[in-house]
Amino acid sequence: MKTIKVVVTLKQGILDPQGLAIKHAMESIDCEGIENVRVGKYIELKFSNDIPEERLNQICEQLLSNPVIEDYRIETGG
Amino acid sequence: MKWAVIVFPGSNCDHDCYYILKDVLGQDVCYKWHKDTDLSSIDCVVLPGGFSYGDYLRSGAIARFSPIMNEVINFANNGGIVIGICNGFQILLEAGLLPGAMLRNKDLRFICKDVCLRIENSETAFTNKTKRGQVLKIPIAHAEGNYFVNNETLHKLQENNQIIFRYCTPEGEVSSVANPNGASDNIAGICNENKNVLGMMPHPERVVEQILGGDDGRLIFESIINSGDQGSVVSINNP
Repeated sequence: MKTIKVVVTLKQGILDPQGLAIKHAMESIDCEGIENVRVGKYIELKFSNDIPEERLNQICEQLLSNPVIEDYRIETGG
Repeated sequence: MKWAVIVFPGSNCDHDCYYILKDVLGQDVCYKWHKDTDLSSIDCVVLPGGFSYGDYLRSGAIARFSPIMNEVINFANNGGIVIGICNGFQILLEAGLLPGAMLRNKDLRFICKDVCLRIENSETAFTNKTKRGQVLKIPIAHAEGNYFVNNETLHKLQENNQIIFRYCTPEGEVSSVANPNGASDNIAGICNENKNVLGMMPHPERVVEQILGGDDGRLIFESIINSGDQGSVVSINNP
């Protein structure tokens, strides 16, 4: 079994209201030095076979992320 | 005209659309389940509001891969009239039939209220019964209606008159105070380049009868019916 982890984040420069709300909450519990909070998604995929990187990128672009607003990062192993 | 209202698991405005088309406007209308694959003889496809697939992953992201969507994409590419309302708009964006994407509302709240919309282009199949600059009062009900588009695409939308509705004050002024969700350029609804696919966040099907608080939404459906009567609607069977 091969585990692949995909992390999806909003592109830089796109407003993340959820991150902003968390930042405000962190300030209200006196978390010092907090400058920015960005919220993303973590998706874990298990495969019975090896999957070519190209195919994986295709799936990330087609379904797991929306390239208009999001970037993704693939972590293999584990 | 023959209308199809597409039903995804989690659609919840499908019955409203069916009711106003059939009982109020006297149209020939049928439901199409998301697993259906046939849109032959259909003149106009409605993608209704709701929470298709529970909004999992992203709004509209899973519905976009329903079997019926291949047919909807073919239908649209052949010039068929498609209107996506709220979640239907989100599905059209995910399917790539319209440019841009939806972000969470700027204040993170689910907003359910009447808003004012200014007609920016009245020369489409969806707005030919309205006048440019006319203000319509139609409710919104969404948490992800913060329309995002990059600057380059926004300029294209502006140049091609693809922006159909913008959030405005009751006097018709497009300003940030009238923008309920943070949408780029106050955009509430856009068309594709060929002007046969419309996506809009407000719910025109909720304001078709005065007894329910207004009938401004009726103009959208009557425009489509009007363009059908004029023969400018292309059925997929008779391109």
